[in-house]
Amino acid sequence: MFEKLKILLCIGAVMAPTLALGQATPIGDAAAGAQVYQRECASCHQIGEGAVHRIGPHLNRIFDRRAGSHDDFRYSEALVRQGRDGLVWDLVRLHAYIENPRALVSGTRMSYRGLNDADRRANLIAYMRAYSDQPQNIPEASPTAIAREVELPAETLALEGDVEYGEFLSAECTTCHQRSGDHSGIPGILGWPQEDFVVAMHAYKQKLRPHEVMQSVSQRLDDEEIAALAAYFYKLGRE
Amino acid sequence: MILNRRRFLGTATAASAALSAPMALGQAKPRVVVIGGGSGGGTVARYIAKDSNGAVDVTLIEPSRMYYTCYFSNLYLGGFWDFDALGHDYGNIARTGVNVVHDWAVGVDRDAQTVALASGESIAYDRLVVAPGIDFVEGSVPGWDVSQQSKMPHAYKSGTQAQLLKHQIENMREGGTFCMVAPPNPYRCPPGPGERVSMVAHVLSQTNPTAKILIVDPKENYSKQALFEEGWERHYPGMVTRIGPDFGGNNVEVRPDSMEVVIDGQVEAVDVCNVIPAQKAGKIAELAGLTDASGWAPVLPSDMRSRMDENVFVLGDASAQGAMPKSGFSANSQAKVVANVIRGELTGSRIFPARYSNTCWSLIATNDGVKVGANYEAGADQIESVSSFISQTGEDAELRQQTYEESIGWYNGIVADIFG
Ligand SMILES: Cc1cc2nc3c(=O)[nH]c(=O)nc-3n(C[C@H](O)[C@H](O)[C@H](O)COP(=O)(O)OP(=O)(O)OC[C@H]3O[C@@H](n4cnc5c(N)ncnc54)[C@H](O)[C@@H]3O)c2cc1C
Ligand code: HEC
Ligand code: HEC
Repeated sequence: MFEKLKILLCIGAVMAPTLALGQATPIGDAAAGAQVYQRECASCHQIGEGAVHRIGPHLNRIFDRRAGSHDDFRYSEALVRQGRDGLVWDLVRLHAYIENPRALVSGTRMSYRGLNDADRRANLIAYMRAYSDQPQNIPEASPTAIAREVELPAETLALEGDVEYGEFLSAECTTCHQRSGDHSGIPGILGWPQEDFVVAMHAYKQKLRPHEVMQSVSQRLDDEEIAALAAYFYKLGRE
Repeated sequence: MILNRRRFLGTATAASAALSAPMALGQAKPRVVVIGGGSGGGTVARYIAKDSNGAVDVTLIEPSRMYYTCYFSNLYLGGFWDFDALGHDYGNIARTGVNVVHDWAVGVDRDAQTVALASGESIAYDRLVVAPGIDFVEGSVPGWDVSQQSKMPHAYKSGTQAQLLKHQIENMREGGTFCMVAPPNPYRCPPGPGERVSMVAHVLSQTNPTAKILIVDPKENYSKQALFEEGWERHYPGMVTRIGPDFGGNNVEVRPDSMEVVIDGQVEAVDVCNVIPAQKAGKIAELAGLTDASGWAPVLPSDMRSRMDENVFVLGDASAQGAMPKSGFSANSQAKVVANVIRGELTGSRIFPARYSNTCWSLIATNDGVKVGANYEAGADQIESVSSFISQTGEDAELRQQTYEESIGWYNGIVADIFG
């Protein structure tokens, strides 16, 4: 099995110079990734020949697949929504989802706390990559891929939101997200834990989440404004 | 029409002076008057009342007891939305603390700072917001004026015109022609005519598949054109023909009695004719002396303040502000900026820099929704677009369906924001 991986990675390495514009950092160490997979994922996901859905969907051919696209698996609405928006499992999104599932998909049913260690994530992804149809087509490192640090600095997460400013800013949101919490077609955003709210907004701002309206909304919000909104909508949800 | 007969000039000043005098004596609450209870006016009245917790006296003047949104009226034409679901009353706005007066504003005395009503009453203000939407430019489509609107409906203002147009479409003879005379720029809801054609085509392709749709358009191009054309080709092949200015679409006359449309001298018999004339600010903006030669009311980009009067703000379709499209979303967005500024000026609350935005969804066919949107900022002279996005041609069906579902979420959101 590891023999097979090595060969595949070799092909990848040969291809790398053309594909990766000279930034040929390998994705990670697939052999080490196999262990990470066993510890972190195997209890819910199968991968490899004959893999079937369990608590989570099987993860064969995950690269370049649209999120939430196995017809025979019952996903959360939130993951299906991201998939319809155009979320495709590429390197960056896999990193983001494994690091903090809720940052990429707030309402995901994957109850997994996330894997903070970027190296272990990289190894894991290198391992999963080998189970794709054509791993050689997946660049080992594209210029935008691995460099992107999804995790937010602690200062950003610790910012205390200005509730009054948040109330002013919220007026832009309530054209679509109802103040009452009612929702249909557009998700509700009241009373969320502030950290979940903040990471979700940054995921749009970093264009990790594909939705263009929310990318556009978040693009002109700075860290303090996002914190202010998180604080205001949290408070509104408690009233 | 009341507005024409009751031109206000001077006559009501005496009455209003008497009314406003007692207020000026004591430490009265600051007074805001809003003309027009649509997307812009309804929002601004509600937000000032809500956020000031009774510290500001807000009066909303609106003749109708029910506001029927133009948004989603095309979906009603297409059979995707009920007419009743377009209607919203002013109960909740009143419950927020707004004094809702169902009457026409017939004049504004900007020196005395009073608004005259058709009833003869007069209301004093410290800040005035004018949000009357649009009126049609007389003579812009030769042969048509409002007296012809039952023969050739516009269905481009709130109210029962959409019902009339739907009735005419449903009763059109087999294989007949539906004609739309599209408006020149600028007009409310840039993708509105294209969406309407889509919805009419949707109905006809089911009930009257040999019918034809003819668009006579004075403009070179229009909003979401590529998306609409792709959709029409896919869903309603061969049904829609558009005559642009290169083939005389800018030289059109209508004959409501004989149901004919004359395009560049050539007479076409049509069965249903939807005339959307050229537009200008609602009449009261002109009567108040807030408009310029363009027919629209110029405002400062920073806060929608009239360029003619620092105590007056003009919102929504009636304003000439720059790059924002005339839409319900824009009017609602502008209203929030104005509410923050007026409340700040009258009560000392914090004033934050303006942020504007807009997104407009359109439905092309069942579950085939598209959108266009942008962020805006105050530039030196006008509001400018700082970033924008638009749906792409060739998108898959799942995304289009999600976009449609999202538009329903938006509709419910904006009407809850204003009227809910
Ligand atoms: C077919 C169609 C589809 C549309 N679709 C969309 C869409 O999908 N999304 C979107 O964002 N926008 C859409 N719009 C545009 C939207 O309807 C308008 O841009 C929006 O309503 C403008 O708001 P407003 O407050 O300026 O004017 P309005 O909403 O028209 O409100 C003006 C109000 O002022 C009142 N008034 C007028 N004169 C006086 C007076 N003298 N005294 C007192 N009251 C007065 C009127 O009765 C009216 O209620 C659409 C429009 C049409 C026609
Ligand atoms: C506790 C069980 C559990 C664990 C542990 C878990 N997952 Fe998941 N995973 C799920 C579930 C359930 C879903 C479906 C989520 C949804 O519908 O929102 C999912 C979805 C996914 C998806 C999206 C699949 C698709 O078809 O779109 C990926 C990728 C994924 N998991 C990777 C991982 C990786 C990698 C690990 C290990 C680091 C992991 N998961 C750990 C339960 C788990
Ligand atoms: C034009 C309509 C619109 C406006 C305005 C808008 N949103 Fe959204 N928002 C959406 C839609 C649609 C989604 C679902 C996006 C998706 O599929 O990722 C969404 C998603 C979200 C989410 C993630 C919800 C989830 O369950 O994952 C958050 C958080 C959010 N918006 C916050 C805001 C804030 C804060 C504002 C104002 C600053 C705002 N939105 C303004 C339409 C809007």
